[in-house]
Amino acid sequence: MEVRVQNVRKEFDRFPALHDVSLDIASGELIALLGPSGSGKTTLLRLIAGLERPTAGKIFFGAEDASEKNVQERNIGFVFQHYALFRHMTILENVSFGLEVRPRATRPAKAEIRRRARELLDLVQLSGLEKRYPSQLSGGQRQRVALARALAIEPRVLLLDEPFGALDAQVRRELRKWLREIHDRTGHTTVFVTHDQEEALELADRLCVMSQGKIEQVGTPDSVYDHPQSPFVFGFIGESSTLPVTVERGDLWLGDRPLGVSGVEGNGPAQLYFRPHDIELVEADAALRGVVASSRRVGGTRRVELELGGSAHRVEIDLPFDHPAGERSQISFRPKRWKLFPAV
Amino acid sequence: MTRLGRFRQPSVIPGFGLTFGFTLTYFSLIILVPLVALVLRSTGLGWNGFWAAALDPRVLAALRTSFVTALIAAGVNVVFGTLIAWVLVRYRFPGRRIFDAMVDLPFALPTAVAGIALTAIYAPNGFIGQIAAQFGIRIAYTPIGITIAMIFIGLPFVVRTIQPILEETSKEVEEASATLGANRFQTISRVLLPSLTPAILTGFALAFARAVGEYGSVIFIAGNIPFVSEIAPLLIVIRLEEFNYAGAAVIATVMLAISFAMLFVLNLIQAWSRRRYGYGS
Amino acid sequence: MEASLQHRQVTSPTNEPAGVRWTLILAGLVYMALFIVLPVIAVFSEAFAQGWGAFFQSLQSPDAQSAIRLTLLVAAIAVPLNVVFGICASWAIAKFEFKGKAFLITLIDLPFSVSPVISGLVYVLLFGSGSVLGPWLRSYNIEILFAVPGIVLATIFVTFPFVARELIPLMQDQGSGDEEAAISLGASGWQTFWKVTLPNIKWGLLYGVLLCNARAMGEFGAVAVVSGKIRGQTTTMPLQVEMFYNEYQSTAAFALASMLALLALVTLVLKTALEWRFGDELAATGRGH
Repeated sequence: MEVRVQNVRKEFDRFPALHDVSLDIASGELIALLGPSGSGKTTLLRLIAGLERPTAGKIFFGAEDASEKNVQERNIGFVFQHYALFRHMTILENVSFGLEVRPRATRPAKAEIRRRARELLDLVQLSGLEKRYPSQLSGGQRQRVALARALAIEPRVLLLDEPFGALDAQVRRELRKWLREIHDRTGHTTVFVTHDQEEALELADRLCVMSQGKIEQVGTPDSVYDHPQSPFVFGFIGESSTLPVTVERGDLWLGDRPLGVSGVEGNGPAQLYFRPHDIELVEADAALRGVVASSRRVGGTRRVELELGGSAHRVEIDLPFDHPAGERSQISFRPKRWKLFPAV
Repeated sequence: MTRLGRFRQPSVIPGFGLTFGFTLTYFSLIILVPLVALVLRSTGLGWNGFWAAALDPRVLAALRTSFVTALIAAGVNVVFGTLIAWVLVRYRFPGRRIFDAMVDLPFALPTAVAGIALTAIYAPNGFIGQIAAQFGIRIAYTPIGITIAMIFIGLPFVVRTIQPILEETSKEVEEASATLGANRFQTISRVLLPSLTPAILTGFALAFARAVGEYGSVIFIAGNIPFVSEIAPLLIVIRLEEFNYAGAAVIATVMLAISFAMLFVLNLIQAWSRRRYGYGS
Repeated sequence: MEASLQHRQVTSPTNEPAGVRWTLILAGLVYMALFIVLPVIAVFSEAFAQGWGAFFQSLQSPDAQSAIRLTLLVAAIAVPLNVVFGICASWAIAKFEFKGKAFLITLIDLPFSVSPVISGLVYVLLFGSGSVLGPWLRSYNIEILFAVPGIVLATIFVTFPFVARELIPLMQDQGSGDEEAAISLGASGWQTFWKVTLPNIKWGLLYGVLLCNARAMGEFGAVAVVSGKIRGQTTTMPLQVEMFYNEYQSTAAFALASMLALLALVTLVLKTALEWRFGDELAATGRGH
């Protein structure tokens, strides 16, 4: 089921949470809404679910206008950050709930409901725990029950709101992999909200990066990582270092020092962005030269903080942890891949 | 201190001997010894004497009046107490905080004051009593009046037990129910109310226990007619005035036994709810 | 889809329609008005039914005056004793780990599940004429029953748990870190209590004292049993209210009752103010909020 969000605006008590947002979600894809808190990602998810009403704009499920429908009629599966399991029901009753509240005409027989609930518990690898209550499960298990419960109603779209936000790092990583597997097996159109870029990069087919109630960029993880379209996206996805530079006659300059990068269009001041690991060490005059301010080993790499132009600017670069340059007091380097944005 | 050290874990904080000793002594003198005296006195009649006094028809009638009216009052309070807790937690309306504070009035208002006030309102010439009389209903001086007094004193127990549980029930659970296709009625009847069951039961038991033992607010409105509107605590007072101390002690022992049984049931409910739902009430 | 569906109001998933909402609010308010607000109004309207003059006159009668004095005296003895007990019990329970702690907490709540009449009865049985202690006390001319000591004892019994049940959860929540710090800095036990613990629990203590005092001044059943109701000597305010009422002195009964109702309202206002202002420094007990 493809989902089309068309010029949606949402205000809470006159406070704008989303400004004119449009997004096309393809059938069967796994898309991540990524952004810092307050970016409007959860609001967008709740609008798609029908838990909130848009102030303006429409939401289509396929050709059908879903904005006119109650959440009950939209047939979506929603997974909450804090699971929202029914604590007075067993795991099996939780998963069966969505089928049991259907009107008699469309409700499957009792045995059929049980069978399907068991099947789903099998899918989320919780067979044998049917009779337990939510309070008797671990956080990771609870979130898997929540997913099984959402899948039980055969939703047209699966929506997950920070599904792993309340879990510890180890469990997060396991569930991430496992969610991807479930998605590949069931093929549901899935939208999930996260503030964790690593999670989004690893899990999603496409990312929708949001900030301050607007969509900043939509694309595959690679394209968003490699070609960020705004300083915000560059800074938010992955590590970044930034310097104020000047473009003159096709060259980049930091103060009166050329960077040794040529063929640049435009003229005047600009902001240079590059990734700490996308650099090369050079022994030329036309390069960035910095004094090592600090040097720490982080696992397999060495992160070096450099002061440039006196101590006016600080950037970070990554070196292999055993690289001899790590011992020097001064390092010259040149960004291999970089991007220019208008000066701030 | 060294002797006490066996059953308590060491601590750098001083004062255990003093505070624990005082607590136990004070508790024993004020509560424990008198209660033991009561039980001893009621057993002074011997096995047969005890049961003769306990199964006296007037005693049985008084116990029945107390328990039946208390059950009805607690039942009414469960329905309206849940409703009031819901309204106070979920809705915003002018004067809400004042009404919230007023729920505790029956805790604070002396029972004798409540008793004469309720009588003034519900007596045949009272504000509501008049209206009821037109429909041929007598409220004061009947078991209905007793029930009304018990409703008054029991309400805060129900509201104050349910309110905190309702406050911590997140809206997400209701939203989850809605996304699964449940309509509002199904969400309330199948998700919300069942999750409140332990709190509702606890509130019921507390209101019931309080109503059974209630004296001050009931005797003015009850009419106190033997076999009709005479409550068990009043019969204890009557036995005392007859200097039938042993008879009074027997009724009191029966009532104590029942309220301790209630207390036990209450603890079972909470233990069960904690084990199963992961929260007590 | 039908055209009518186009303009249908999409309902919020977690809210009832306004009609339902207001019906429920109204039902709740009417119920509270009938059972809780109306009685309080009745007390004051009956008290002033014969005008201000009669109201003040009846409050100045010797019986009323001595009842007020006795009630103040009883509360002035019972409340401080229960405060000392409450502090001791919560100190022992919150700052130390020992066997049977949960049982002790249950025991402290015991008086709540005892009928007030029984709370008085136990002292009649303990000190009355048929008891072991009764004749012995009489031989030393010590009067407990039908005298002030009996009234005080019965009042202590029914108000026994109020301070303790407020302080225990509060002090358990606060832990003993502050006290351990004070002691490690060289403070003595008393200094630690006065300078560290007491400031931490002062609002909770005040809260407990308020409730304890309201109950102590208003207790009826337990006191009725032990007082003997000797006019001008052993009648507390609630007992005097009953006495006036049974003698058909309605204005006098309600005038004195209105004093008690006023005490209840003031207690409620202070209690609510404490909850709003210092809610996080009070224990979140289910009962009495």
